Amino acid sequence: MAGHHDEFIRLEGKIFTKSFFFLLTLVLIGFFFIGVRYVKGIGAVSNMSDGYPWGIWIAYDVATGTAIACGGYAVAILIYIRNHMKYHPLIRSALLTSLFGYGLAGFSVVIDLGRYWNSYGFFIPSRWQINSAMFEVALCVMTYTLVLVIEFLPAVLWSLENSRGVTIRKVADWLHPRLVPSDDRLSSGLEWVRSSAAWLRPRLDKVLVFFIVLGITLPTMHQSSLGSLLLIAATKLNPLWHTGFLPLLFLINCIYIGYAIVILESIISSSAFKRPIELNELSGLSRIIPWLTIIWLSVRVGDLVYRGQIANALRFDFYSCFFLIEFLLVAGGSIILFSPRMRRSPRWLFITAAMLVLGGALYRFNVYLIGFNPGQGWHYFPSFAELMITVGVVALELLGYQVLVKLFPVLPNPKAHGHGESQHHHKEQNIPHGAVHVGK
Amino acid sequence: MSKQTRRTFLKTIGLGGAAIMAAAGGVCQASEQSGVNNEALGMLYDATMCVGCKACMTVCKRVNSDFGGLSFEKAPFDQDGIWDAPQDLSGSTRTLIKLYKESDDRWSYIKYSCMHCQKPSCVSVCPVSAMTRDKQTGIVDYNKDTCIGCRYCQVGCSFNIPKFQWEKSLPQIVKCDLCKNTNLKEKGISACAETCPVGAIAFGKRKDLLEIAHNRLKENPGRYMQHVYGEHELGGTNHLYLAGVPFDKLGLPILPENAPAEFSEKIQHTIYKGFVAPVALYSTLCFIALKNQKKHEGSHNGADHDGENRGEREEHK
Amino acid sequence: MKKDDELICEGVTRRDFLKTCVTVTAMMGLPFAMHTQIAEAVETNKNPAVIWLHFQECTGCSESLLRSSHPTISTLILDMISLDYHETLMVGAGHQAEKSMHDSMVANKGKYILVVEGAIPTKDNGIYCKVSGKTSLETLRTVAAGAAAIIPIGTCASFGGIQSVSPNPTGAVGVRDIIKDKPIINIPGCPPNPYNFLSTVMYFLTFKKLPDLDNLGRPKFAYGRKIHEHCERRPHFDAGRFAIKYGDQSHAEGFCLYKLGCKGPETFANCSVQRFNDAGVWPVSVGHPCIGCTEPDILFKRAIAEKVQIHQPTPPDTYAPVNLKDKGKGADPLTTGVLGLAAGAALGAGAMLAKKLPTDGDSSGEEKKDE
Repeated sequence: MAGHHDEFIRLEGKIFTKSFFFLLTLVLIGFFFIGVRYVKGIGAVSNMSDGYPWGIWIAYDVATGTAIACGGYAVAILIYIRNHMKYHPLIRSALLTSLFGYGLAGFSVVIDLGRYWNSYGFFIPSRWQINSAMFEVALCVMTYTLVLVIEFLPAVLWSLENSRGVTIRKVADWLHPRLVPSDDRLSSGLEWVRSSAAWLRPRLDKVLVFFIVLGITLPTMHQSSLGSLLLIAATKLNPLWHTGFLPLLFLINCIYIGYAIVILESIISSSAFKRPIELNELSGLSRIIPWLTIIWLSVRVGDLVYRGQIANALRFDFYSCFFLIEFLLVAGGSIILFSPRMRRSPRWLFITAAMLVLGGALYRFNVYLIGFNPGQGWHYFPSFAELMITVGVVALELLGYQVLVKLFPVLPNPKAHGHGESQHHHKEQNIPHGAVHVGK
Repeated sequence: MSKQTRRTFLKTIGLGGAAIMAAAGGVCQASEQSGVNNEALGMLYDATMCVGCKACMTVCKRVNSDFGGLSFEKAPFDQDGIWDAPQDLSGSTRTLIKLYKESDDRWSYIKYSCMHCQKPSCVSVCPVSAMTRDKQTGIVDYNKDTCIGCRYCQVGCSFNIPKFQWEKSLPQIVKCDLCKNTNLKEKGISACAETCPVGAIAFGKRKDLLEIAHNRLKENPGRYMQHVYGEHELGGTNHLYLAGVPFDKLGLPILPENAPAEFSEKIQHTIYKGFVAPVALYSTLCFIALKNQKKHEGSHNGADHDGENRGEREEHK
Repeated sequence: MKKDDELICEGVTRRDFLKTCVTVTAMMGLPFAMHTQIAEAVETNKNPAVIWLHFQECTGCSESLLRSSHPTISTLILDMISLDYHETLMVGAGHQAEKSMHDSMVANKGKYILVVEGAIPTKDNGIYCKVSGKTSLETLRTVAAGAAAIIPIGTCASFGGIQSVSPNPTGAVGVRDIIKDKPIINIPGCPPNPYNFLSTVMYFLTFKKLPDLDNLGRPKFAYGRKIHEHCERRPHFDAGRFAIKYGDQSHAEGFCLYKLGCKGPETFANCSVQRFNDAGVWPVSVGHPCIGCTEPDILFKRAIAEKVQIHQPTPPDTYAPVNLKDKGKGADPLTTGVLGLAAGAALGAGAMLAKKLPTDGDSSGEEKKDE
């Protein structure tokens, strides 16, 4: 993405905003409970039990969180495989969301693991158990996170190349005036950083495509395997959800959630940072979604019919109701998106994207938690500490996103792709490159 | 997007897909011959003979507690920890006698412990081979030095046997291992079977146990439910049961004859055997992406814009 | 006080009588001074009469009774009952003894207690045990006719005992098989604990009625519980610690004797509680398994080393039930509250944002790119 840096722009604005501190508080509360978890054991901070050994840390942070993080994956397919370069402006923010999503999913797994000190075993071939879907998920997710870091590197390198050392000076000054480096040392240090970045960036750009394609292959593998994880629970997962099609359903589910989350995140971002909505791109994305969901819903319903589960689906008991909510959210959102007028309405894009994300996420929750019944009177509901750890992790993700878009060129440059005529940005024609009026 | 590119795309996908299917089809076979190993060691528990003395529970703790970091389980009102009173299998209890009481005249005891399945789900799902099944003895063993504590084995087990030490900061999974490292090694028999005063627990090779079980059913039909639990459930288990009341009332679930591990492994192997499909997918996608890249460079060096990209750029990626 | 040469009965002067009492006192091992008490008791005794018959027996039950200390045999005989006939303990013999029994039967008709020790042979009209020319069968029937209650003491009298073991050549049976029309309180044991007998007698004398009996006619206060239910080695049974061989380490440790053939699980008795000889011992406590001597079908009929089936009473509800109703922690108010609040806030914010967004994107002047 070398020459595209006018395409992306660093968001100007204070980092330490009100929302920053609010999110930071949530993060600190979450980390406090994480500390308790390590000192007193998992039972002290969670309601997981022998009947429900996986709780929201797996069902949300890992299974649903990575699906929500699949924006990068979904958009990458569009751009690099389907060759729709018009979506390129969205790629970096999607990537950053993915990076955080997967990174924090991995973080949540480490917290959830009981004997985390043995996790180096994933790198010891004698311990590999290749029949296990979890083995494949673990290696795949670790590799994918690395690939996302590499894919994000160009943005970082660009910032390094163009940095002026202002922040470093300010931070050092804040620590202790004596620590502020002299001007020569600072410029020589910066020069070294800049030249290294400049040396690395073009070389990276040449081979980046191979990492990008890897970044499309890997999620195809592990997102479907996230579904395969529950294949073993044939006797405990409600037949409304347990099927040999779980891998396929999870794969398609993550792709349409990916597009929906890109739309959602983009609209929220635009609204929060007072930037124009990328209507053309989002509208284009929303055109693809209904076709995906049609396939997904057909497989879903067809499978239920084949296994004779339609009666159970319409029984209106606990399980049936959750199935119907999931079904209606996804189907409803998709039907609306068949209309071109709705696709060009920011409001309806937002609403349908929200419906699809909620419905798709509910599907994953249903498979991992709600439809899972070990029998014998077990039940599960997350504890307060458990919930706050998840909230802390999500807050960290939002916080990180907020901070990083202000440090690196991630968000699309509105000037660079056709927003020039919009009345929002008349003023901005005269403002120097890189500066966008923001409210926060 | 022009029709040309779309057609090329679909052709490539089609070819790539066909290649994947062919490769996958070629290797889509069962990973192991799924026969039943009747030379495996096991136990036959006869609930009609059990008197609920719980000697098996106490001897199991005595023999195995040092091995595997167990501790005695306290009743909530017993601060001194003198009275071990587990209500369920747990991180300190590997075998348990429970009571099913229908009325004062109709009751049955039931002993819970690992079923040592012929095709264990826990072994199939453990990512780091902490759960293993011995080929000869059929014993499903747990190795805490490899275990990462992901608790996938708990998700997989249809009998809800592996238990986790939730209350410990350095926890492990706990379950019966047929005294593999303790009594079985020293005396050739599991501690519970050795100590049972009434002989309710028979220990030996699965084929012998099945013979004993069927003989008992034949000689005393009125005393038993006409079914040896574990003979066929989930592909067969090495821990077999006879009882005088329906098994599901004793907490032994009604299960089909096919092992879930075979189902999930078949699907996993169909997709991933020999790593063919992922590599094929990667190659196909690389091919497409590089072609697209070249096309952009080509169209850019030429004069025609496809109208999508405003602004001048040197390279597209 | 009567004069020494007064005749008490034909040919027996008072002096002779007192001499006899002294002798009896001496024979019974009682203190010398008690001879006057004996005299008084015998003379003016208003205590219930007891007639004690011996048939096919080893006299072990009487021996057992002699070793009691609360009450002692002397207190029993002198203060509590009038033992009118007891072949081992009584002074007289021969015709005199028989007359004594006959007189007591007449004087106390319908009121005396008949104690039977030993089994009664029934084969060949019962000729295999004859006392004073009469078969025990006949004697039993005669004496039982006027008795208020019958207490067969020992397993032999209760159920037949050793002589009734197959092939039972003499046709030996217990009292219950012969007398059907009188209240019978069996005090089985080989020998029984004397306090079982004494307590029964005391109960009867005090309350003038029989104690609660089980279906074998044994008083429940003594025979209502199995040895297995109140044995001091039960914790060893429960913990799976068993003695394997006599004299080996496990035996020396005092482990449960079940595997050596202890019949405790099928035997109703109170030996483990009451113990013997006032020395606090009973067979299991010294390392020998219970042989089930209070049971009609175990003593001498099952080998000592043979293991018994353990029949449990209805198990108490303190066992872990199969159906633990509630497992795992469910929803708590705090978490549900926080979750509800968060969900509400998210939905609210979303709705507000949706409202703010323009319905029609094209009015914002975006160039329409059709795709």
